[in-house]
Amino acid sequence: MTRVRLDPARQQALSVSLATGAYGLSFGALSVAAGLDVWQTCALSLLVFSGGSQFAFIGVIGAGGSAVSAVATSTFLGLRNGFYGVGLAPVLRPMRGARRAAAAQVTIDESTAVALAQPVEDRAARRAGFWWTGIGVFIAWNAITLLGALLGSRIGDPADWGLDAAAAAAFLALVWPRLAHRRAQAVAAASCVLALVLTPLVPAGLPVLAAAAVAIAAGWGHPRPEEVPE
Amino acid sequence: MSAYAWMWVAIVGAGALSWLIKLAGHAVPEHWLENPRVHRIAAFVTVALLAALVGVQTFANGRTLAVDARLAAVAVAAVLLWRRAPFIVVVAAAAGVAAGLRALGWG
Repeated sequence: MTRVRLDPARQQALSVSLATGAYGLSFGALSVAAGLDVWQTCALSLLVFSGGSQFAFIGVIGAGGSAVSAVATSTFLGLRNGFYGVGLAPVLRPMRGARRAAAAQVTIDESTAVALAQPVEDRAARRAGFWWTGIGVFIAWNAITLLGALLGSRIGDPADWGLDAAAAAAFLALVWPRLAHRRAQAVAAASCVLALVLTPLVPAGLPVLAAAAVAIAAGWGHPRPEEVPE
Repeated sequence: MSAYAWMWVAIVGAGALSWLIKLAGHAVPEHWLENPRVHRIAAFVTVALLAALVGVQTFANGRTLAVDARLAAVAVAAVLLWRRAPFIVVVAAAAGVAAGLRALGWG
């Protein structure tokens, strides 16, 4: 008997992939309920591959909105992924061609969070965290989207299994190691409060995106190097 | 074109825009990142966005805020993280707390 032991980056990648993938079930079912067919549902998961954007897309369609506003809302919710690519630069560069194209497609909340949760001095672990989570979520999300689309409304709500809370807890756990210094703690707290204050006031997606302003304020001055959450 | 064909155009368009946004971050010129201020902001941005995401996932219900089983689950997760529990334990405990409370009819 051999026992396979996974390092922390791969353990996190695996559990995040399964928990996130499970949400593909409700995406698949809701997308079909919104009027898309199974192929269109699977195409959204393959091509858009960003949960928030996809739920927004089918939400607009399901509510009778136009295809143009569905694309606009989905794109707006995906803007934060652009920031992640910048934050991942020290981990993933140099990178070009097909590798960069593939990295872009799997640059999402989960892969970024697992990559940057690894120790800053261990670049190999950070890369492994990014790729294992990105590819793991990609496989699980697309496979389970298909399942959800086929099963339709016969499935239960992932919230009954506590998976919505598990997602929040997973992101908290992943950002936790980067909150060692007061400045990072203050940035996290201010970002959280700002997003919640904005939630009732502005369209979905903007509250999280607005937190970038907190980061700009924090990084603009001259924090001591050890205060910067690399 | 039929409504069905337009839906396909929208799906492919949303996919292309999603990928281009992701790619734009990876394509930011190297010398921009060498600027210490840009470098610091990039480091803080991921912490800020992920922390905001935790807040929204814990409290937001569409465009309203709610205190429900998610808050209890995330509070338990925070205590476990403070006690240095392993990642999988933190995530499983949060799911268990939320599912348990909902099964009891709360939140």
